[in-house]
Amino acid sequence: MSWNSAAEFFAMGGYAFYVWGSYAVAAVCIAGEVWWLVHRVRTLQARPGLNAQQSVRQP
Amino acid sequence: MAINIWKYSSPQTFYPLAGKLAPWFLGLAGVLALVGLYIGLLLAPSDFQQGNAYRIIFIHVPAAWMSMFVYLVMAFWCAVGFAMNTRVSFMMALALAPTGALFTFIALWTGSLWGKPTWGTWWVWDARLTSELILLFLYIGFMALHAAIEDVRRADRGAALLALVGAINVPIIYFSVQWWNTLHQGASVSMTRSASMASIMLIGMLVMSLSAWMYAIGASLLRVRILIAEREQAPDGLAAGAPS
Repeated sequence: MSWNSAAEFFAMGGYAFYVWGSYAVAAVCIAGEVWWLVHRVRTLQARPGLNAQQSVRQP
Repeated sequence: MAINIWKYSSPQTFYPLAGKLAPWFLGLAGVLALVGLYIGLLLAPSDFQQGNAYRIIFIHVPAAWMSMFVYLVMAFWCAVGFAMNTRVSFMMALALAPTGALFTFIALWTGSLWGKPTWGTWWVWDARLTSELILLFLYIGFMALHAAIEDVRRADRGAALLALVGAINVPIIYFSVQWWNTLHQGASVSMTRSASMASIMLIGMLVMSLSAWMYAIGASLLRVRILIAEREQAPDGLAAGAPS
């Protein structure tokens, strides 16, 4: 462990804005893409065709 | 036992396979990200030159690697699509593009946030940064061109041609730090620091890269599934074996 306290960890030796700015934007981007994918899957599942297909499995 | 790979080149068989695999890849990506963040943010010591600003590396380098690698895979599928005339190949390329663009954006953004404290500037028009920005435009151009052409098959081919021509940019990005004078440092993997420090940093970076890799595979499999279902309109047509 390279930190003595939580405050020291969040301060990042004075680089908090740059370090957390990078991690935050990356997290938001990934979360946004996952949300968008899930949203599209939900939209597709709302169509009548797909539900019918899901109940009938391929052999 | 031989596995018939051609079986999976049709949307009907690829659709359930992608659905089965995607959650595993995404789950693995999450676990690896947690391990990588634990190593990178908590275990790894601060850098003797850059202090804690260097911790951006655990996001920046994996994102930059993936931005180039995803493009090459995308171009590969475009080439396969042209050669074999398989629809899933073009769909795979289209499914990879948004994830690749996302990684390119993250690489540029984190690079900018890293450049400010270390170089004293957010942005500089040098070879590495400019060619990475062109990569972002290539991804966006690929998606925009595909969306602009109404006929899906023509859109597949038109956008694929752009992706193939644009692939020349990837080696330019990769070797830009050697070919031109640039502010950007050379390749990260060959960094020579005091052994014990470098190894834990390197392990963190590699675990994060592996996570990014798994994420890219999982997200694009999920997206290719969506594309297949959207294209076939009624997916029970898929199950019934629509002509491919």
